[in-house]
Amino acid sequence: MEPEDNAPQHPAPLLEADKVSKRFGGVHALKEVSLTLFPGEVLALAGDNGAGKSTLIKIISGVHPPDGGVLRYEGKEIKLDNPHQARAYGIETIYQDLALADNLDVGANVFLGREPVRRFFGLPFVDRGKMRTEAEKTLEALDIHIHRHSLPIRSLSGGQRQSVAIGRAIHWKARVLIMDEPTAALGVPEQRKVMELIANLKQSGVGVIFISHNLIDIFQVSDRIIVLRRGTKVGEVQKTETNPDAIVKLMVGG
Amino acid sequence: MVTSAAVAPTEQKQASWLDFLATFRAWLFLAILLVTFEIWARAAYNTTFLFNPFNVKSIALFTVTPLLLALGQTFVIISGGIDLSVGFTMGLSAVVTAHVYNWAVQFGNPPLSLIMAVIAGLGIAIVPGLINGLLIADLRVPPFIGTLGMYGVTRGVAFILAKGTTVPLQGGLMGEIGNGETIGFPNLVLLTILIILAMHYLLSQTRYGQHVYAVGGNVNAALRAGINVRNNTLALYVLSALSAGCAGIFYTAKFNAGAAQAGEPVLLDSIAAVVIGGASLFGGSGTVIGTIIGALIIAVIQYGLVFVNVEPFWQFVAVGVVIIISVLVDQIQKGIGTDGTRG
Repeated sequence: MEPEDNAPQHPAPLLEADKVSKRFGGVHALKEVSLTLFPGEVLALAGDNGAGKSTLIKIISGVHPPDGGVLRYEGKEIKLDNPHQARAYGIETIYQDLALADNLDVGANVFLGREPVRRFFGLPFVDRGKMRTEAEKTLEALDIHIHRHSLPIRSLSGGQRQSVAIGRAIHWKARVLIMDEPTAALGVPEQRKVMELIANLKQSGVGVIFISHNLIDIFQVSDRIIVLRRGTKVGEVQKTETNPDAIVKLMVGG
Repeated sequence: MVTSAAVAPTEQKQASWLDFLATFRAWLFLAILLVTFEIWARAAYNTTFLFNPFNVKSIALFTVTPLLLALGQTFVIISGGIDLSVGFTMGLSAVVTAHVYNWAVQFGNPPLSLIMAVIAGLGIAIVPGLINGLLIADLRVPPFIGTLGMYGVTRGVAFILAKGTTVPLQGGLMGEIGNGETIGFPNLVLLTILIILAMHYLLSQTRYGQHVYAVGGNVNAALRAGINVRNNTLALYVLSALSAGCAGIFYTAKFNAGAAQAGEPVLLDSIAAVVIGGASLFGGSGTVIGTIIGALIIAVIQYGLVFVNVEPFWQFVAVGVVIIISVLVDQIQKGIGTDGTRG
């Protein structure tokens, strides 16, 4: 066995943002912010409201093209004009509102926009059975148990809905999973469950970027923390080398 | 965890019971109505209501026009929109169909004239549908306002083309088909059944239909999932206009004349049919089958009250009450389904 003596803990970066900038009219929402994400790493984005966290993840997920700077995926420069292209690279985003259709069941949500189709006599039919079983399989693998798969998901709890959103991303082979305030609307036990899920994802080599106001969550699951303030990166530290007070100081600029 | 686990089962039970009621409320209404009229007819006139083939045929024919308008409306309402222009789109289509048929038939080929008239009737219907769709999908005009505007435009144009009067058909084929029967079933009813099958398939079995539900449930989710919401919306209003166009063509065929006001009294019935059939005006729910039941309920109320000799104005009262009860059930179900705060 070759000892990986000097090799870094992570072999090659999965995703890089190199000095990306974004303007909205006169507002400089993001100024030359760089970020590197390795497989199996959890990267936390901390910062006050308006610090540019959302803008940054929207650039990475293809919602906004950057005005300056480049994105690289596995070392190759990529251009993302829409979320579809980001998803094709395995960059999946879970927004705070989860982007679930409450009136549809679990399977339909997992396959939203990518419904499988079977043909009878040349006519396409949406394959509901497949959507249900595949969704169930994915969720079971993540240790998520939802009993009534046929109900519209408005009847699920906040944590279960969060799980469906995560399950959807994983089902579509997310390699980079971006989560915006994943625990904000949850009760404590469900928060814990989501944190466990993130730890699971890390184990399976997914790179996770997550935005949170909650320093307890950040310190619980992240490996590295990037702090943004007013559109610029004001700090990037390994979790083990910092503490919540230091992060707060960076966030508010004290 | 303990509390949520303890609370969840009862909530779920309640929700599923109400879900059940919401899903089948239209069937329940229809059954109650049919039984009521049957008992009424037997008690008061010693005759049958339901087991009279003439009544069944009449109700089926009576249902055709509101149902056709309601089918397109179902898609629009599920997406969270509404189409107020369908009544006069139908009238416009009826008038244009009659004009084109009359013009073409003078060259002595009725079947070809009929085909041309049908194409013209559908073609003219697409115009307001496309304008509605572009206004709503691209210019972000609220559906209520955009289609209200087109209600006015189509109304005016239809009356102008009809020169303020009805346009009688010259020559018989179209009227013969419109009033004819095939193996004992009225042609228009058979054609409507074909349209129903196509619409039901489109809504319940295709990706397009699935996306209509997604748009109505959560537009942002649909957008982020990569669904082309713009094209989806555009297609919705064209579809609605096409189904109104069919209603216009059928009207002309049935009455041997096109009339601008053909669909005017039916517009609200069509929306009522969709809502009674279980669709929510907030979008996200509804089915073709529900809408059929809804349209049948309205037709049975209207026809039944005439049959048992009640003053016709009671129809409006009865239909109104059924609409309100339907929406109440929808509201209560929604309230329980989420966190109980929504009234």
